Amino acid sequence: MFSFITKRLLSGILLLAVVTTGTFFIAHLAIGDPTPGLLGNSATPAQQAAMRAKIGVDRPLLTQFWDWLSHAVTGDFGTSWRTFTPVNDDLALRLPVTLSVVFFATVLSAIFGVIIGIACGLRPGSVFDRVLKFASVVLFALPGYWLGIVLVQLFALGLGWFDATGYVSPEISVGGWLRSITLPSVALALGAIVMIAEQLRNSFLEVNNQDFVRTLRARGLSKRRVTRHVLRNSAPAALTVLAMMFVGLLGGAIIVELVFNLQGIGILTQQSSQNGNIPVLLGLTVMTVVFVVVINLLLDLVLGWVNPKVRDR
Amino acid sequence: MTAAPFPANLAPVKRVSLWRRFLRRPAGVIALVVMILIVLVAVLAPWLAPYDPNLVKLRITNVGPGGDHILGGDSGGRDILSRLIYGARTTLFGAAITCVSAVLIGVPAGVCAGYFGGVTDRVLTWISDALQSIPVLLMLMIVAAGTGQSFPVLMVVLGLFMAPGYYRITRGRAQAVRKEPYIDAARVSGVTNPRILRTHMARAVYPPIVVQSALTAGLAIGMQAGLQFLGIGSAQTPSWGQMISNGMLVINTHGLILLWPSIALGLTIASLAFIGTTLADLISIRVEQPTRRMRLRARQELAKAPASAELPDRVASGTHAHEVADCALRIDNLRVGYPSPAGVKEVVRGVSLDAGPGEVLGIVGESGSGKTQTMFAVLGLLPIGGTAVSDGIHVNGKEVGGLPALERAALLGRSIGYVPQEPMTNLDPSYTIERQLVEPLRQVQGMSKAAAKARAREVLVRVGITDVDRVLRSYPHQISGGMAQRVLIAGAVSGRPSLLVADEPTTALDVTVQAEVLELLRELQQEYGMALVIVTHNFGVVADICDRLVVMKDGRIVETGAVEQIFRSPADPYTAELISASLDDADGRVELDKAHVGGEDGAR
Repeated sequence: MFSFITKRLLSGILLLAVVTTGTFFIAHLAIGDPTPGLLGNSATPAQQAAMRAKIGVDRPLLTQFWDWLSHAVTGDFGTSWRTFTPVNDDLALRLPVTLSVVFFATVLSAIFGVIIGIACGLRPGSVFDRVLKFASVVLFALPGYWLGIVLVQLFALGLGWFDATGYVSPEISVGGWLRSITLPSVALALGAIVMIAEQLRNSFLEVNNQDFVRTLRARGLSKRRVTRHVLRNSAPAALTVLAMMFVGLLGGAIIVELVFNLQGIGILTQQSSQNGNIPVLLGLTVMTVVFVVVINLLLDLVLGWVNPKVRDR
Repeated sequence: MTAAPFPANLAPVKRVSLWRRFLRRPAGVIALVVMILIVLVAVLAPWLAPYDPNLVKLRITNVGPGGDHILGGDSGGRDILSRLIYGARTTLFGAAITCVSAVLIGVPAGVCAGYFGGVTDRVLTWISDALQSIPVLLMLMIVAAGTGQSFPVLMVVLGLFMAPGYYRITRGRAQAVRKEPYIDAARVSGVTNPRILRTHMARAVYPPIVVQSALTAGLAIGMQAGLQFLGIGSAQTPSWGQMISNGMLVINTHGLILLWPSIALGLTIASLAFIGTTLADLISIRVEQPTRRMRLRARQELAKAPASAELPDRVASGTHAHEVADCALRIDNLRVGYPSPAGVKEVVRGVSLDAGPGEVLGIVGESGSGKTQTMFAVLGLLPIGGTAVSDGIHVNGKEVGGLPALERAALLGRSIGYVPQEPMTNLDPSYTIERQLVEPLRQVQGMSKAAAKARAREVLVRVGITDVDRVLRSYPHQISGGMAQRVLIAGAVSGRPSLLVADEPTTALDVTVQAEVLELLRELQQEYGMALVIVTHNFGVVADICDRLVVMKDGRIVETGAVEQIFRSPADPYTAELISASLDDADGRVELDKAHVGGEDGAR
């Protein structure tokens, strides 16, 4: 188990190294000269040259990379090319907004996904089960932001139950915080709920068909107890999807934040992409990949706890 | 070889093409028609669109549907219908780029990984996992920052991130094909690797790739619209995502402007999704969930009026040896069927048998003869969709066939014990052996925790396990097959049942272990005075421990009798065939061949 975790951790560090290095060079090679994006098209060549010197893109690319890397390993991701504030401060300011929404969305999808998945797994072919199948196609077809727009119209502007846009920090008001993140979280979670439910339902049915379930029944165990065995064995598949969802939601947050005008890392990504603000984009990449690695590591630990075979690896 | 007649009574296997089966599904057909229409609109856009999609007429700014402009104008004064039609072009073009690049990256990589394995496989799989774990949109935004927002480039990058889907499918298939003996044969006879891959892989991989492409295209279209919604892409190229983004700005005053592109987008992705799921249903081997109506119909068909001269099949086969009241088990005219598109498929067609207390009854027959299904019906644990009707199932002299499911289930673990065939798949992999033995004792027998633990140890010792402590602590994957079968036997007898049913209890075991397990069953049966019904295809097993014998073929009983009598003079040619097939001497083999060909001619 210990060596297994070590291996996964090393694999995660390798992933981080490969992705950030790749991103660094792709971004630099693709953007080339970032100054028009940063200063606008009206800037004079002299202004552009001054800017290039200031942000250091007049140096050889490898020097820049070494400079960035040697700072990055200490946790310093440089300064934004636009505001000249530390990238870390920018991220720290935006992260709570996105994490609030994504975390809440993950909780919602876990709770409802599991309940719906079990309900459908217990009664396959029922009306409820068919509705899930249909909903999974419909939600696949409707992009999250579209749902977001509809939710805003209906619940915020129409009924006035929630805030239409903007973010309220929980330090100011917990109730306000919940009201401000509910709609974006729901918009994000709907697709994830259906995916988790479908995955759980399918693996539930698959496990239910396995020999050992018949043997458990033949021992006289009650339906509830047998269901517990089935659930325990279908949990790994559902947990894997849940972990994938969390990462997916981090990405999906970009669009949802735009719809709900939340100043999170999504909007920061969009702005930095438009301006060619490479240090911020790199900071965002590192942060996201770290999230991915941590989540996957947690998943491995949980899977090891659920599935004894993993432990022996 | 050439003389052997082709079995005429086997229904010819219908090989209906995937395409024809697809056309029988209404959801799939509708989705396909919609998709074809959208493709036509995209291809014919220059001829279909009434106006230039970028032509600005201030007069029609935010004008509703009607007049010259069928769907009205948008907030920029442009004709909505024309923009929708050209948007279809942009959308499908982008999706096509993504799918093609994903296939071109994913499929060759998957084939290489699956076929060559080893380091190639590990490296490629690591890359695939890595691609799947990075948020796509973030990467696309980074690429978009530099590429001058060129959409084709973005869609190729998206294709790279979609490639793992194809990679997984082809890798799995390639691994499966690699294990096939004919691949080795091809290699030995000097066929080159690329040629093997081309000829043998293409066909196996084709259907799931089509499914994956439908889903990939749907995802690509959604992602593309999302990027356009975020303002990426040229303003001069009409696109649905851009139209949605524009529509959002005026949603409160002119909601329709948002509605049209949303419908177009939703319809396109949904039809792709329906095409994909319909195809996936058709090619998967997943068991269809029978509806309640199908189950009801199966029951009615099975229960149809029995006994008439024209339908000899409806008369029960087999005989009883004991009075009802004296039976540990008695089955009267049992039928088991599964719903199928053509009505109901009967796998057990009128079976009657019985076993007295303390008697060992063997049920023999080749696979597919219905012996295991008969036993599942006795337990009341038929697989999904299975329906059993009978004139009576008696356990210990009591009719139980008509009992409600819950009361029926109450017999299990108390009156009836069950020993399964395959030891390794019949233990729950997630729990320790101790937990699996103790749980039924506590719940079913109502024992205290300590008493249940003590009983579990005691039974394990009884079934011949020496290091009881280690086995109790172990998970199923940590013990051997023979050990697991002993554990399962211990579980079956720990509730002291009066009837033990064993389904091929030795088939999955090593030959040396087989005899021991059989001997154990025999001992336990005598010690506890249980009736033992043992399903097998092995006459060695029968000769070893059975008192009486039932021979089954095609869901019916062909012969019932005492073991010695059947061995000495089998009444049915099929029984004789089975017996000689079990004997290993050369003469028997020759006779068997003769008997087999002759028997087939005679029977058909």
